[in-house]
Parts: sequence; C-alpha cells; structure tokens
Amino acid sequence: MANARKAATTSRTATKRASRPQAKPRVLVMVATRKGAWLYHGDAARRSWRTSGPHFLGHIINHMRLDPRDGRTLLAAAKTGHIGPTVFRSTDLGRTWKEAAKPPAFAKSPEGMRSRSVDHTFWLTPAHANEPNVWYAGTSPQGLFRSEDGGVTWAPFSTIHDDPKYRGWFGTEQDGTSDGPKLHSILVDPRDPAHLYFAMSGGGIHESVDKGRTWTPLVTGMEVVEGFDAANIAFHDPHCIRMCPSNPDRLYQQNHCGIYRLDRPSREWVRVGKAMPKKVGDIGLPMVVHPRDDNVAWVFPMDGGGVWPRTSPDGIPGAFVTRNGGKTWKRQAAGMPDGKAWWTVKRQAMAADGGDPVGLYVGTTSGELWASRNEGEKWSVLAQHLPEIYAVEAAEIG
Amino acid sequence: MKVLIPTPLRSYTRQREVDAAGLTMAELLADLDRRYPGIRFRMIDEQDRMRRHVRFFVNGEQVFDLTRPLKPSDDIAIVQALSGG
Repeated sequence: MANARKAATTSRTATKRASRPQAKPRVLVMVATRKGAWLYHGDAARRSWRTSGPHFLGHIINHMRLDPRDGRTLLAAAKTGHIGPTVFRSTDLGRTWKEAAKPPAFAKSPEGMRSRSVDHTFWLTPAHANEPNVWYAGTSPQGLFRSEDGGVTWAPFSTIHDDPKYRGWFGTEQDGTSDGPKLHSILVDPRDPAHLYFAMSGGGIHESVDKGRTWTPLVTGMEVVEGFDAANIAFHDPHCIRMCPSNPDRLYQQNHCGIYRLDRPSREWVRVGKAMPKKVGDIGLPMVVHPRDDNVAWVFPMDGGGVWPRTSPDGIPGAFVTRNGGKTWKRQAAGMPDGKAWWTVKRQAMAADGGDPVGLYVGTTSGELWASRNEGEKWSVLAQHLPEIYAVEAAEIG
Repeated sequence: MKVLIPTPLRSYTRQREVDAAGLTMAELLADLDRRYPGIRFRMIDEQDRMRRHVRFFVNGEQVFDLTRPLKPSDDIAIVQALSGG
C-alpha cells in the first residue's frame, strides 16, 4: 500500500516537473565539529536556511559527506573523547542514522611489524560514479579503507599499510598534525575509477593507476621546511589537494610550504602561491576549486611564521581567489571583520557548492560558519556559536 | 553476570546494567558484542588492546588483562576514564 502511494506521488511529481521548467537544486551544507554535526538546508537562492542538529552531540565528527550518486546517503566519521572510532550512516539525509557494522580498522600486521589501530577516520570520499555504494576513507594514523556497501562495512584497501617503505613515510604518531598524522584528500578520477590519489600529513602525495594495487609518490617541485631534504617523502606535508571537476588533469594543492598547481601528465608541481601578496604569504590549510572553471580556485591563508599560530595573518581574515590558474590572486573579504579576528580555518573547513554563481562556505575553529553567494565577493555569517568546526562540505540536492 | 555500562555506551544497550556471560574478560566482551553489535570495538581496538580511556573493573578491582578469568558471581563495571573536555 505504501509503495502504491509512493508510486502515485512520484507520478504526480513527475508530471508537475514535466510541465514546469527544471527547479534549481537546493543546497546542503554539512558542518562537522568537535562536538557534533549540523546540517544547513538552503533554498536554491541560498537566502533561506533551515538548520538540523546537533547530530551526535558530544561526538568528534571529523568529516561528513553526501553521496552524490543517490543524493540522500550521508556518512559521518565519528569518535568521542573516550570510546573508539566509528562511522555513522544515514539514507534519509540525516533524519535517521545507523552505525557501520564494521568501521575502518587495520588488519593484524605481519610478524615483526608493529600492528596499528585506527584512532579516528578523518576523510571520506565517495568513489567513482560507476561504482555505486563504494566509498573510500582515510584515517589517523595513516590508513586507506574501502567500503563496497555504502559504508556499512569497511576493509583495509591497498598494500600501503604494511609496506616498509610507506611505514617509514608515515613517520611516528609524534609526526604529522597535533591530533595524529592523517591520510586525506582521496581523489577519484571521474574518467577512470582505477586512477586514484591520496595525500598524507605527513608523507606526501601518492598516485595509483591500478585501483590502489600500487602507488607512486608525486612530490616533485614541492618544497619542505627549511633544513629538511625534499627527496625524503616523509618530510612532505600537503594540507589539502583538490581535483578540478571540469578538468581532472588539473590539481591544486595547499601545502605546509605554499600553494601549488599540477597539470597532468606533468609530474612537477608549480608553486603558484608565489604570486600571493608577500605580507600574507601562501601558507594555509584548505584549498577549494570551482566546479566548472579550472582556472578558478580559492585559499584561506594563515600565519605560518614563528611558532605557526595558524591564525589569519595579522588578525585580518580573508579568502583569496585566482581566476587564471594561480598567476594572480585577489583578496575577498567584504563582510568579514577587517581586523582583530584571529581565525583558524582547518583543511576540510572550506567548500564550494555547484551553484552559478558558486556559493562558498568557511568554518572557523571559533565556531562561525561564513557563506558567500557570489564566489567570494561578499560574505555573511550563516551560523555562530558552534563548537570548533573541523569540516564543511556543500552539495546540491533534489 | 551483571555488567555496568557507562553512559557513552548506553546508545548500544539502552540500559545502565546488562547481563552477559563468559569465562574470561575477552569472552564476556565477545558476548556483549553478540548482544549489542559494535559495542566491543568502541572499547577494544582492532589489535585487542583496551582503548586508552576505557577501564574495566571486576568486583571493584581494575583489570588490565583480557584473559582475566571470571566467575558467574562477579560484578563487572565498565568505566570511562575522567578525561577530555
């Protein structure tokens, strides 16, 4: 009976759609924080917003993603301060959640090699459009996992976990970011599901063309901290890598040591951040690309001097955009405080939607969510007084 | 035997105290996981190590070894360490 009712509703909806121009999609902004997650449902104009949350209040949510292949499945990477990590899954856009039956967990290592345990899942990436229900996850300490059932069960993916060479590049738990070294920026080539990238903080950037069976470092041209040897993969600290949806051969990267661009098949990164204003520099955490124009990308610079405050340079926050592939950069801070604002924006906490013009979203560790409806030209606050924001994702729905 | 469940794990059990059986702590935790799927991994990692902020007590005495034998009359308490913020 319920199915018959649903079919009738669907049919009426389809008729309505056919008789009207296609509605512009709505926007879903997913905000993951140190104390839970919030969802912001925006109308097509991104002027009216409805809030849902907190979800998982008290849980540390490192990342939340929507499955673009079905437009309704959400995955959230969770743990608390006391108990172990898990993944939650919703198939109704966050109305209800169910825990993964088998969250990412390392296998036992071979004799003589220290076995590792997942502290938290840090990064979630839906796989290729032709691989429905397949997801990838990156963890801390560095691990790569794959689910083939929409995030219900996860298994270690590829051979890097127990490869002695990769073990060396992972470093120790004292290396990498303050809450543990991370595997992140898992990228899937939309033209070929076997062509993958991932990055590690620390541990460089790696590419596979055989669906993760083998991996090759891709760090040529990238700088490392002064006094260290750039030939040692362990010293490379990419913060965030993005692939241009309009041109998967173009990658942008915000690194510990600058902003870079790579145009494949070249294997040499070019430091396009040298064109940033000297006073601001090109150090930061997030990197965002335009959904339709591979010459357009955004960064949110931070202070990487002295003891690395990681706050907005001189307490003046602002995004910077390039519209020519990194040749020049322009400050975009209208609406943001013009001083005395010591923001930190984490690597996953800046996102673009697919709108035209593109909507941008920035989350701060002081719990503010900022939005722009016009590609960064003007900003306004979407939410305040949230916990420390770890990640922001934006997606178009229905 | 009776097992006291800390609040972070009550989303699994929906109760403060539950019944579980086993001749050792490891067997008890396996039984808890059968009854409440997923609960063990939140306390014990994939290398069978106790997680850093979870503590186990048998009759008031802290247990560090999962092979610790148990008797049906034992009282088990699972406690979250006081930490975090």
